[in-house]
Amino acid sequence: MPRGPGATDVALTVNGDAVTVRGAPRRTLLDTLRETLALTGTKKVCDEGTCGACTVLVDGRPVYSCMTLAVACEGKAVETIEGIAKDGELHPVQRAFIDADAFQCGFCTPGQIMSIVALLRENAGPTEDDVRRAVAGNLCRCGAYPNIVKAGVSAGRRKS
Amino acid sequence: MPRVVKSREEFEGEIFESLVLVEGKDLPLPAAGTEFTEISKSRRRIDGVQRVTGRARYTQDVYLPGMLYVRVLRSPYPRARVRRIDTKKAEKLPGVRGVLHRFNAPKAAFRGEETIFREEVRFVGDEVAAVAADDEQTAVEALRLIEVDYELLPHVVDLEEAIGDMAPRLDTDGNVAEAATHKRGDAKRALKEADFVVDAVYRTSTQVHNSLETHGAVATWDGEQLTVYESTQHTFAVRQGLRTALKLPFSKIRVLCDYMGGGFGSKGSTGKYSIIASLFSMQLGRPVRCVLTREEENIAAGNRSATLQQFRIGGKGGRITALEHTSWANVGQGRWVANPTGPTNTLYDIANLSSKSYKVVTNAGSLAAFRAPGYVEGTFALESAIDELAEKMGVDPLTLRRKHAGSPKDPMSGKKYSDKHLLECYRIGAAEIGWQRRRSGGARGSAPHRRRGIGMATQIWGGGGGPPAYATVHVNPDGTVVLTSGTQDIGTGTRTVLAQICADELGVDLDAMQVRIGDTDHPYGPVSAGSITTASVGPAVRIAARDAKEQLLGAAAGVLETPRAELRLEGGMIVSKGARTSLADILGKVENNTVIGKGGRHPNDPELSQRTFGAHFAEVEVDVRTGEITVEHLVAVHDIGRIINPMTARSQVEGGVLQALGFALSEERFLDRATGRVMNANLENYKVPTVRDVPAKITVKFVDRPDRKANNLGIKGLGEPPIIPTAAAIANAVANATGARVRHAPLTRARVLEALAIAGARS
Repeated sequence: MPRGPGATDVALTVNGDAVTVRGAPRRTLLDTLRETLALTGTKKVCDEGTCGACTVLVDGRPVYSCMTLAVACEGKAVETIEGIAKDGELHPVQRAFIDADAFQCGFCTPGQIMSIVALLRENAGPTEDDVRRAVAGNLCRCGAYPNIVKAGVSAGRRKS
Repeated sequence: MPRVVKSREEFEGEIFESLVLVEGKDLPLPAAGTEFTEISKSRRRIDGVQRVTGRARYTQDVYLPGMLYVRVLRSPYPRARVRRIDTKKAEKLPGVRGVLHRFNAPKAAFRGEETIFREEVRFVGDEVAAVAADDEQTAVEALRLIEVDYELLPHVVDLEEAIGDMAPRLDTDGNVAEAATHKRGDAKRALKEADFVVDAVYRTSTQVHNSLETHGAVATWDGEQLTVYESTQHTFAVRQGLRTALKLPFSKIRVLCDYMGGGFGSKGSTGKYSIIASLFSMQLGRPVRCVLTREEENIAAGNRSATLQQFRIGGKGGRITALEHTSWANVGQGRWVANPTGPTNTLYDIANLSSKSYKVVTNAGSLAAFRAPGYVEGTFALESAIDELAEKMGVDPLTLRRKHAGSPKDPMSGKKYSDKHLLECYRIGAAEIGWQRRRSGGARGSAPHRRRGIGMATQIWGGGGGPPAYATVHVNPDGTVVLTSGTQDIGTGTRTVLAQICADELGVDLDAMQVRIGDTDHPYGPVSAGSITTASVGPAVRIAARDAKEQLLGAAAGVLETPRAELRLEGGMIVSKGARTSLADILGKVENNTVIGKGGRHPNDPELSQRTFGAHFAEVEVDVRTGEITVEHLVAVHDIGRIINPMTARSQVEGGVLQALGFALSEERFLDRATGRVMNANLENYKVPTVRDVPAKITVKFVDRPDRKANNLGIKGLGEPPIIPTAAAIANAVANATGARVRHAPLTRARVLEALAIAGARS
């Protein structure tokens, strides 16, 4: 079925919940998450695919949600920072970020965490360099990088 | 009873004298050997869970029912007169609710001007009009439908061009204005008599803050009260700016900033976006959001001025005998200048010195304070020049500095420092980097085309803080504690260190604490800038906690029918001769109550100068074929008094070093002279450091000794010190490695190759 140019329905799964969102086909996944679904944990920093702050997982793969259209996620599973803690327990990566002081202002943090969550699913015991590769596309203006790398490595140890 | 006292504080290199309100007496410093329960302990951030779960609410996360979205039309020309604006087509677009521009906007005073939309726009990015619409996309489309008739005027954006005779005059007095001058001894004569003289010109490029959360505000007017959520380093300054612009009393304005995504100095006052959002909200009766895009953040939200700095420095008999420093800074359309001559005037005990700082206006985006404004630029030049002199004199650059860095007195004001351990910073840093390995001419690197070298540089900055800063401590009947202050946490960990200070003084666990900040309905808190927050608010929190504790002990004495002198408060328990009763049990015995402790920061000793000191040491490798610099090891040593939280302090130093690395190696705004446009107004082409740019090793050390004369905790600030000396330390290491002196930051590969070619031609 061709879609648009007017608003259209998109059915997808967000953090395990099936949702249908209505919006223009040009609407990004990022705006859909933040404005339609009130999931504001995912941040908008550049809105042009250069900073990684809006990283979420789509079918397990980390993507820049500002560069992904919501309509392209029809039938797919989206995971955001709000969805990774289970039953009130922080995800090991979240816990590791707190323990390693891996954030300052915290605005890049959700994106950094989602990049590392994706990494750990592929590689349960990452090295420092593996973590660096995973977050190479996530800018941090406060310069928390050394602690982000430490957090990524230690989260791997905790998980395995 | 509150009383008025005189206060003298330093802020970002300048001294301010004022009258402040204080109450009671200050507390003495905790006795030597005091066993702290929270102070000086590494503690996880108390807001960590909020930040890692995405629940922390930043200004940009504020979405209110019925909220309108504003987008701003900005001048595409660096200088032009706005003759006519036609908004008819834009207003007809469905979803557009309002358009503001210079012909219809109410007067709203902003930084000395009567209106926020200028008749003569003065840089690419200057506000021309604003549209409020039901959604962002509609606002963007409406901007395209606004027709503006501009009369183009001659412009100049480049610093050196603006200084020259051929440039258009932007101010009636010309483009160049003297901003600061200092003289001691006779530098001219001393330069004539010197055995060695370095005469060199240094340049620093424009650095853009690029806070990840762009500037922005959400305003909502309910007919009685204006509430503004703003990403700001100073809610009270925003309130002041809104009062001036909108002529509302303070009681009708509330400014809130719960979490904020970085500011680095650029968010110290009201923005035009907050006024625009407020005007629309008051006109339209709906909440209004005005948040800048990344491009706007790069062109219209401030920057660190580009500078041109001339040094003449002379040596004789193994000492520095003369120093002349003249600086010009491109402030764009800014109204002030961050003086790069600050460190020159105060860092070293040099007898003959003369410095001048000039502000140069251009048709470029304005400067805004950027983490140690002026000092980062000035220290790069000063510390490079001192190394150049040492090289010429054939002396070790650290030895040369030691001769001038030990004075216990501020050479500019003549006042004694409250404390100073700079020579110890040198000792620690030299040991950590292995300074004894440094050889004039550098060393071979890890490959034949790589050279290795070591360099260092010194840091001086304020950070003593001072009044006014207030806090209250509320103790609830269940023994939990809410600390309230109008300060902000811009990512530095303010919430956590204030909670530590409060819990420690009060005698409760950190878990019992909540910290509420970022609200003009709270007791006044100062701007989160100038490295002043902890040293300003911390001592006030301690007094408030002590006040609450005294009241709690009084209550406990009544409930337990025990003399107060026999009671202590520890870990949330009232302890009396071995018996322990929880605060909840004590307070539960009396009717509902709130115990309120109050505290205010007392003035600094006006006869002393409160300063922070430090030194960075860098070991680098330089690829002489490509000009690439690799920082192998960076040692940062700082003397900032007592450390409250070693973990967050270390994070802050690493962050400062990494932001400095951007200034030193990669960050540079490119302005096209012909069109006045920023060519890299994005995070793709404006190069902030990534995880890949982190040096292999960063060593962080603190002297960590309380400054006994600074304040009741012996603490000073840390936000800015770690960004100050890094670039010069790296440039000095590069010169040591290769013999090539790069006098322009950032030290890009092109500049390194050029300097290598010059050095090669010379040798």
